[in-house]
Amino acid sequence: MTVLRYIVEPGFFGSGPVHVALAVGTVIAVTSAVVGVFTVTRGQSFAGHSLSDIATTGGSGAFLIGVNQFWGYLAFGAGAAAFMEMIGIQRRRGRDVATGVVLGAALGLAALFLYLGTEYSTTTGASFTILFGSMFVITSSTVPALIVSALLALGTVAALARVLLLSSLSPDIAAARGVPVRAVGAAFLMALAVSVALSAVIIGAVLSTALLIGPAATALRVAKGPVRAAAVAAGIGVAAIWLGILLAYDSYYWPPAGRGWPVSFFVVTLITCGYLISYLRRSGRRDVARENQDMEHACSVA
Amino acid sequence: MSGELLRLDGVGVRLGGREILRDVSLSIQPGEFTGLIGPNGAGKTTLLLIILGLQPVTRGSVLIDGAPRAPRDASIGYVPQKLGIEPDIPLRVRDVVSLGLDGHKFGIRLPSRARRERVDDMLTAVGARRYADARVGELSGGEQQRVMIAHALIGRPRLLLLDEPLANLDISSEQGIVSVLARLARAEGIAVLLSAHDMNPLMPVMDRIVYVAAGRVAVGRADEVVRPEVLSRLYGQHVDVIRVHGRVLVVAAPEGAGEAFRDEAAAEDASVAG
Repeated sequence: MTVLRYIVEPGFFGSGPVHVALAVGTVIAVTSAVVGVFTVTRGQSFAGHSLSDIATTGGSGAFLIGVNQFWGYLAFGAGAAAFMEMIGIQRRRGRDVATGVVLGAALGLAALFLYLGTEYSTTTGASFTILFGSMFVITSSTVPALIVSALLALGTVAALARVLLLSSLSPDIAAARGVPVRAVGAAFLMALAVSVALSAVIIGAVLSTALLIGPAATALRVAKGPVRAAAVAAGIGVAAIWLGILLAYDSYYWPPAGRGWPVSFFVVTLITCGYLISYLRRSGRRDVARENQDMEHACSVA
Repeated sequence: MSGELLRLDGVGVRLGGREILRDVSLSIQPGEFTGLIGPNGAGKTTLLLIILGLQPVTRGSVLIDGAPRAPRDASIGYVPQKLGIEPDIPLRVRDVVSLGLDGHKFGIRLPSRARRERVDDMLTAVGARRYADARVGELSGGEQQRVMIAHALIGRPRLLLLDEPLANLDISSEQGIVSVLARLARAEGIAVLLSAHDMNPLMPVMDRIVYVAAGRVAVGRADEVVRPEVLSRLYGQHVDVIRVHGRVLVVAAPEGAGEAFRDEAAAEDASVAG
C-alpha cells in the first residue's frame, strides 16, 4: 500500500470524474483498437485521419450551437464517410484532392467555429477540449450514448470480421464468392466514423487517430493471427488510457504545481512508446531470422 | 445431358467499344485439366472472370451444370493473378486457408478442433504445412501460390480456376505447383482451368488446351491446337510452331521482319553458293 501511495496520488480512486473516465475510456479504447486493426489491415489509415479532421469541424460546430460535441463529431464523421464512399477515397487522385482541398476547408471551418464559439461564450477551454479532448469533463448524460455507439461499432466489425479479412486478402476472391464487397466496405467505413467520433471525445478530434491506429499498428507487428492482433491492440489501448489517466491525475502535483497535464499527451506518448518498442524488438528479431535462414541455406548447400 | 461441368456458347464481350472476346465456345468435363494459353492481353483473365460471373457478357451464355451460375456458388474455386498480399496483413497461412471455408460468411465463428485438422490436412496436401503459422505476406511467391491453392481447394470445389499461377516463379516452384495441382485434381476429381502465357510447364498434365489469341479461342488436345495453321488462323497472321528440346515455342514474325528474314536467307544461300 505504501508503494501504491507514491504511484497513485491521494483521491484517485475516490474521484467521480476518474471513475467515468476509466469506464468510458476502457470501452472506447477497446472499440478503437479492434476497429483500428481492420483499418490498418485494409490500408485505410488515411480515411481514418480524414474522418478525424472533418469530425473536428463537426465538434466545433456543435459547440457553437450549444450541442454536445459528440453529436457533432458523429454527424460530420458519418456524413464524411458516406461522401468518401461515394467519391471513392481509395483512389490516389481522390486522396490528393481530399488532402489539399476538402480537409483544408474542413479545418478552416473548424477554426471559424471555434473563434466564434469562444468569442460569444466564456468557456475558454472549449477549443482545447475539442481539439485535444478531456476525459475528466465527459458529461455524464452522454455516457450511455457513448457506450451504445461503441458497442454498435464493435458489433458491426465483429459481424463483418471474416468478410473484411477475405476482402483484404483479395477483393476479387471475395467478390467471386458472392461477398457484397462495396456494401461491406461502406458498413466498415461507418463503424470507422463512429469509432473516430468516440475517440475524439476522450483524446480530442485532432488526436483521435492515434488511439485508432497506434495500438493496432503495434499489435500487428507483434501478433500473428487476426484474433490475437485484436486482443493485443485492445490491451495496449486500455493500458495507455489507464496509465494516461493515472499520470494526468498525478501530474496535478507536478510542476507547475496546481495544473494537471493533459490526459491526451500521456495517452498518445504511451502509445508512441509502445510502437517504438515493438519496432525495435521486431526488426532485431527479423535480423536473427534472416541469419538463421542464411545458415540453413549454407548447410543445405554444403 | 452429357455431364458437362461448364459450357460457354458463343460468348462475346465488348468493353468500351473494344471487342475483348468474340464467339467463344468451350466446355469442360468433370476432372479435366485444361490449360488456358495465350499471350498477355489476349483475354485470358476476362474469360476467367466471365466464368466466375464477375464480368457480364455482351452475348452468348455461360452454364454451370446446365444452369446459370448462382451467386455464392461454392462449386468454383478461384486463385486470382496478382495476389499483392501486404506483408503486414495479420493472417497466418492457416487463417488464409480457413477463410477458404467460410470467409464469405457473416457473424462470429468459434474455433473448433475439426476445422483445425481439416486446415492442417489441406496444408499437408499442398506441401505448405511447414509454414502453417507464418504470416502469409512474408512468404515467397511460390509458397503464397500453394497457400492460395489450399484456400481455393478446402471448400471442395468441382472446378478450380487459376489465373497465371506460374508467372514470376522459378522453375522448381513452377514444377512443384503443377504437380501438386495435377495430383490433387486427379485424386479429388476436380476440373482445373489454369491460365498461362507459357504452355510448356503444363504439357505433361494438360488434358486439353484452350488457346486464346486476338479475342478468339481454339479448343482441343495440345497436338490438335498447337499447329501453325490453327494458330495462324487464330492470330490472323502467320505464326510458326517450333519444337526444341521437347519445348514448344510459338513464334510470330513481326511485321516487316519477314523481308529481313528472306534477305538473310538469300545472303546465306549466296555464301553457300560462293
